[in-house]
Amino acid sequence: MDHKKSLELYIHIPFCAQKCLYCDFLSFEAEKRLQVEYMDQLRSEILSSGPWYEDCRVETIFIGGGTPSLLEPEQITLLMQAVKKSFSVAEGAEITIEANPGTRLSKKLPVYLAAGINRLSLGLQSANNEELKRLGRIHTFEDFLKGFQSARMAGFTNINVDLMSAIPGQSLESWKNTLKKVIMLKPEHISAYSLILEEGTAFGRHYLENGQGNGQAAAQGADPGQGDGAGLDPLSQWPDLLGEEEERQMYYLTRSLLEEAGYHSYEISNYARSGFTCRHNIGYWTGKEYLGIGLGASSYVNGRRFCNESDLDQYQKLDFSLDGLEQLHGEIHVQSRKEQMEEFMFLGLRMTEGISAAAFTREFGVHVDSIYGDVLRKLTEEGLLVRNGRYIALTQWGIDVSNYVLSEFLLETGSED
Amino acid sequence: MANIEQKNIRNFCIIAHVDHGKSTLADRIIEKTGLLTQREMQDQILDNMDIERERGITIKAQTVRTVYTAADGQEYIFNLIDTPGHVDFNYEVSRSLAACDGAVLVVDAAQGIEAQTLANVYMALDHDLDVFPVINKIDLPSADPERVAEEIEDVIGLEAHDAPRISAKTGLNVDAVLEAIVQKIPAPKGEKEAPLKALIFDSLYDPYKGVIIFCRIKEGRVEKGTSIRMMATGAEADVVEVGYFGAGQFIPCEELSAGTVGYITASIKNVKDTQVGDTVTDRMNPCDAPLPGYKKVTSMVYCGLYPADSAKYPDLRDALEKLQLNDASLFFEPETSLALGFGFRCGFLGLLHLEIIQERLEREYNLDLVTTAPGVIYHVFKKNGERIELTNPSNLPDPSEIDYMEEPIVSAEIMVTTEFVGAIMTLCQERRGVYLGMEYMEETRALLKYELPLNEIIYDFFDALKSRSRGYASFDYDLKGYQRSELVKLDILVNKEEVDALSFIVHAASAYERGRRMCEKLKEEIPRHLFEIPIQAAVGGKIIARETVKAMRKDVLAKCYGGDISRKRKLLEKQKEGKKRMRQIGNVEIPQKAFMSVLKLDDE
Repeated sequence: MDHKKSLELYIHIPFCAQKCLYCDFLSFEAEKRLQVEYMDQLRSEILSSGPWYEDCRVETIFIGGGTPSLLEPEQITLLMQAVKKSFSVAEGAEITIEANPGTRLSKKLPVYLAAGINRLSLGLQSANNEELKRLGRIHTFEDFLKGFQSARMAGFTNINVDLMSAIPGQSLESWKNTLKKVIMLKPEHISAYSLILEEGTAFGRHYLENGQGNGQAAAQGADPGQGDGAGLDPLSQWPDLLGEEEERQMYYLTRSLLEEAGYHSYEISNYARSGFTCRHNIGYWTGKEYLGIGLGASSYVNGRRFCNESDLDQYQKLDFSLDGLEQLHGEIHVQSRKEQMEEFMFLGLRMTEGISAAAFTREFGVHVDSIYGDVLRKLTEEGLLVRNGRYIALTQWGIDVSNYVLSEFLLETGSED
Repeated sequence: MANIEQKNIRNFCIIAHVDHGKSTLADRIIEKTGLLTQREMQDQILDNMDIERERGITIKAQTVRTVYTAADGQEYIFNLIDTPGHVDFNYEVSRSLAACDGAVLVVDAAQGIEAQTLANVYMALDHDLDVFPVINKIDLPSADPERVAEEIEDVIGLEAHDAPRISAKTGLNVDAVLEAIVQKIPAPKGEKEAPLKALIFDSLYDPYKGVIIFCRIKEGRVEKGTSIRMMATGAEADVVEVGYFGAGQFIPCEELSAGTVGYITASIKNVKDTQVGDTVTDRMNPCDAPLPGYKKVTSMVYCGLYPADSAKYPDLRDALEKLQLNDASLFFEPETSLALGFGFRCGFLGLLHLEIIQERLEREYNLDLVTTAPGVIYHVFKKNGERIELTNPSNLPDPSEIDYMEEPIVSAEIMVTTEFVGAIMTLCQERRGVYLGMEYMEETRALLKYELPLNEIIYDFFDALKSRSRGYASFDYDLKGYQRSELVKLDILVNKEEVDALSFIVHAASAYERGRRMCEKLKEEIPRHLFEIPIQAAVGGKIIARETVKAMRKDVLAKCYGGDISRKRKLLEKQKEGKKRMRQIGNVEIPQKAFMSVLKLDDE
């Protein structure tokens, strides 16, 4: 038994071939030269960060984006070499890379495996090509099939597929079709969440500014011909958002179809076959510490939250042999005990098994009831929470109105003492 | 300044319809008479309070004394008494007028005579004041002074062909007004050696001096040490100081004698002792009878005021007490509401007065308030012969005990351009108005006379009037008396529970419509809960309207990874923040603004 602390690494690749219309991640199109320069700089960050985490063992790595698979695969090899050189990576660590089916994966996948990557996350979103186009995706369902087969052939035994429901104009039938097609392929893991309208995205500009709610508005029709279409389909052709009930029906369908197919729903929007839950993501919901590397990446280390520089030019100018790391991390927020408790609850309750009272006591030295007794009682009475044994979990209804339930765990200042 | 003879004193006021330039003219007069240099002038000196400045209206009577050297070479004392400019303060206006000997009537050269112009002129004539007109705003492109002069002569019957044509804004021709004041307003009369008889026309509380009484000495004289008595309230005190009004300051002097306007302080602690309209006399040498016209000011409009944060109840009480020091017409007493907790039932002269108090509490005392629907005083006659003056709808006895009820009625005069007469008549009908008649002022303008129930005009009538006449209608009213009426209490039930703070009294014929609109409005205001919430309007236990707030909207199933955690926190904080300004009624949370929004049902 060694005594190293466990750490998760998130590595951000901010490039993509084309911005999806709903996407508000830090990602953009950039020319090859810039991408290469960025990867050089990213390796410098990795090499200068590692020594600060000598007492840590990296248990999971997630290379996300943007579209990491857009890069020449050798870049990923170099990246992984730098990580292994700089950090102590655990034997059997879960190492995931995100890939877009539209980025010619067949040649790249074996290189990833050789670099030590053992989990692949494929962004499909929908099996309906019309819907893919509507989302601004660069690939078809057929591209995805090809990518999935290549991954299996190359030897990936742990594959996740990302799906999105409540796409404007999507029917329940179409969503069912997507789910069935994906189940057929038997990926180890499926992430399925609803479309979220984010401000600053093309969807946000179109739907939010036309007065429809956050992915929830009844289908009363956006005013056609107004707003900002970013030069894509004429806006008059953008279908209406789905109504609240349709959206919910899709979620219930997702759960039942996937459970039926042997997937365990272990978090609000994540499903896995036995033994294939995503350790990296579970870490986020259970308060594990993680270090974000690269442009705009978030970290939670030593009880501190911080976020990397998010301007590419500024990031590229950092000199990691000098004060680059200091410059990189802007404002550092020290989590108070109150915030830690709140997050323990509102993140932990996303997990299907919920939170463990024992774990709360272990973490904070007080019983969860002495802090949240009233709230837990109220929410249980309202049928939103269920306590079985030592675990406290959301009920189906609790999931439906999760923002309300989770917000109840925010404490008034001073009330944790 | 000693020994100014009565013949060189002019006590006058300026009367006008709102916005016709009364305060501006007052400023110019003060400026021209040299009490202040132009540099010292702030615009509209007489309006002291922030709210007065912002709203451009005068709430409390203000008075200033200036010295004018006239064309005849003599010095004259001008006591300019600025009167409140709103129908809510009619009684204060009448007392201010009673302190004057004459009035300058300001008429807008473009708009001509308006409802308040008439009301004010009639009131001034009632007080035997000599009124002379001044036509203001002749610098406006739309000014038509000749037409307005004719209108004044035709409608009011005042000589107007030689009325000064001025622009108070630019100062043009204001000198002519000063001369006219000397020429046309009579000097005061009154025997200096007679027993003291002084009219209180305003008072003010000063933390150091106590109550400062603003008065016009009609007979006799008063000086430091005089033992005085308020004839109506019976309060007695020894005079500490007398003086007159500089611009924004009090200037002590030796004595005030018949014909002058000034102030008295006598270490009086409560403005209630110095009611406007009361007569001050010498306790040792009292006059035989008080001045006519005193009446106790009564509240016309009542509402509940509650602190948004119930812990602020004592602060609200302190603030009301402080405001009352200066405002004898503000009434309040503690009350409790199941919905809103501890608060006060407050009485006001009118809706503007209510709004001003509310605004001052919020602004000057930093209080967050929840206001219940304003109502009037109803007379409830019970079958057992008992008579109740009802100010809070919650106190209405069971309908089976009620014989009948009466409500206050006003006579209203509405001046409107002829094209909108139809629209305004419709409005008055909707508000249960009884048509009394119509007079044409000239071809394009008419004066509509209606009797209207006070409870139909206390909240949004004025707004509705303005919007249906594109801003051109003006309005004035007088309390006429009480009239028997079919009144019912409209109750609002939220999730089957009656919310007392939302109940109000309404005419039986309007109950259904009001109930329906209340339910619609509340449906918009009450956020979705975990369960469906019925909102019902009921009269005497019978449901007359219903709406439903649907159960809580389901949340989008968002992902939440490392970079999303801070955002998720913000989202949840926002969700929680929304709940802070809520009132718990049973198991339903009602936002505070819902209590107020139901007051404005006439949004078109």
